[in-house]
Amino acid sequence: MNEFIKPTVEYFELWPLLVVFGVACVGVMLEAFAPRSVRYLAQVLLTVGGLVAALVGVVLIAQDTDVHQDGVARGVLAMSGTIAVDGPTLFIWGLVLLLAIAGTLLFAERHLDGGVSAFAGQAAALPGTEAEREASTKGLDHTEVYPLLMFAVFGMMLFPAANDLLTMFVGLEVLSLPLYLLCGLARRRRLLSQEAALKYFLLGAFSSGFFLYGVALVYGYAGSMQFAAINEAVRNDTGNTALLLVGVGLLSVGLFFKVGAAPFQAWTPDVYQGAPTPVTAFMAAGTKVAAFGALLRLFYVAFGADRWSWQPMMWVIAILTMMVGAVLAITQTDVKRLLAYSSVAHTGFLLTGVLGVQQSSALAEGEISALQAVLFYLATYGFATLGAFAVVSLVRDSGGEATALSRWAGLGKESPVVAGVFAFFLLAMAGIPLTSGFVGKLAVFSVALAAGAWPVVIAAVLASVIAAFLYVRVIKAMYFDEPVGEGPTVAYPSVLTATTIALGAAVTLMLGILPGPLLDLAALAGEFIR
Amino acid sequence: MTQYIVLSAILFTIGCVGVLTRRNAIVVFMCVELMLNACNLALVTFAKQHGNLDGQVAAFFVMVVAAAEVVIGLAIIMTIFRTRRSASVDDASLLKY
Repeated sequence: MNEFIKPTVEYFELWPLLVVFGVACVGVMLEAFAPRSVRYLAQVLLTVGGLVAALVGVVLIAQDTDVHQDGVARGVLAMSGTIAVDGPTLFIWGLVLLLAIAGTLLFAERHLDGGVSAFAGQAAALPGTEAEREASTKGLDHTEVYPLLMFAVFGMMLFPAANDLLTMFVGLEVLSLPLYLLCGLARRRRLLSQEAALKYFLLGAFSSGFFLYGVALVYGYAGSMQFAAINEAVRNDTGNTALLLVGVGLLSVGLFFKVGAAPFQAWTPDVYQGAPTPVTAFMAAGTKVAAFGALLRLFYVAFGADRWSWQPMMWVIAILTMMVGAVLAITQTDVKRLLAYSSVAHTGFLLTGVLGVQQSSALAEGEISALQAVLFYLATYGFATLGAFAVVSLVRDSGGEATALSRWAGLGKESPVVAGVFAFFLLAMAGIPLTSGFVGKLAVFSVALAAGAWPVVIAAVLASVIAAFLYVRVIKAMYFDEPVGEGPTVAYPSVLTATTIALGAAVTLMLGILPGPLLDLAALAGEFIR
Repeated sequence: MTQYIVLSAILFTIGCVGVLTRRNAIVVFMCVELMLNACNLALVTFAKQHGNLDGQVAAFFVMVVAAAEVVIGLAIIMTIFRTRRSASVDDASLLKY
């Protein structure tokens, strides 16, 4: 048996992780000891402060990284090689933290619903009872959502940075568990919200069971949890290949579930619709970024030498996901479900990018690798989605948010600004030039084409066309259809939601007109440490 | 060695089939736990086979994660039972299409 070696902790490189986790724990303490009146302000300031401190840490680390021993990637392996703080990790950390700051602002919004947040006053009180009415007249608020958000952010940062299977599994669970709870905490339409939480939880736990069995089988194949050792075993073809193939398949089930790829996309529309809209916004953006980071690292670093056995599977999944997402989105009559299916289609586009050329050494000057294209696409997708869901939270009627598409008819007359911004986000998702979506799609399609995956690219272009029809249909409803009855009303947001929407719109526009700086940043992030 | 792996595969399959066929949320959840325990058995067996401790350490982590999952899962199932007076996964069907 092995000797125990005292681990060294790289405090500087792990600072963003540690500060996020620390703030989450302090937030739990605040809930226990601070009086109710100060909790809201204290939690919001603490959360935003912690996220900003972590973001500053990411920038400082990024300026300080050296080339790793392997001569290609930049960064270090921390905690005895279990966490890789390399270029792609730092890029994803920065992105997740920015999205989390914007998400926190949406969580803190209290202006839309008459002075209370979008979360249940008292989740334990039954819907329609005296206790619930009392909680709402007192203006109670679950400020526990902020520590839960921080724990989820911690998971989202650990998941893509994990450099062994066990850490990856722990990251996956730390990411998921707080989100299950957050989904069930809506103030209005509580039955839908609770149902979404139940569905998300049961299916999520089921899929993490598959992931874990995959971990066990791949460990049985390679005799180690470390990605580098697994790669070594795959390269030398030691061990039982059946274990490896089944293991890779089971691990993919877990990851494809998290990113919402077909045929594991069934939970996405239900959960996106039922969850409180701020949670949907944060979850849709953050989870996809983190899970794609983990998926890329697992397949490129651990199974990079076994490319020929997983790429055909990825081809099929990518095509299926794009088609299912685009076609089913057309039939939707609810804006949140529609955006959910559109996010499924985006998962397919991202998987197209994953199929691209991996080694930067195999590329000509000026070309980007698949990893960098996917990182760029994640940034464009994250901000557009966050902004779109933030807009959804503004359109309301007497029962709360009006998410039925029929209620959105005539929104362009009611509020040209809100309708215009939403149309802009939809055009970005459709990939119209001068928006970030166009550059992102171009990047992932060109890397896939360079790797010879032209059937997938053809399917992707077809899916884009189908999806464009759907986005145009929504825009037509907003501008050219007559409103039904009273028509929708647009609530005036406080500066919090307004900032988030403005940030999303600004990033989407900037990346469309001037994608160079972010592409350079993605190129600078370089490769994974192998 | 192989017998243990076969046993763990059988347990995993029972859990998997249980999740897909049972209708009570608590039973579905118990089947998920059975799947996790099947994973633990496989991890420990492989650790013995390879002569290193990674798998055994992982089994402890899985136990902790499973415990955390129980806390959250039962809380969610409890709230939905209290509002609907039913823990059947078929009854929760407001969200569809």
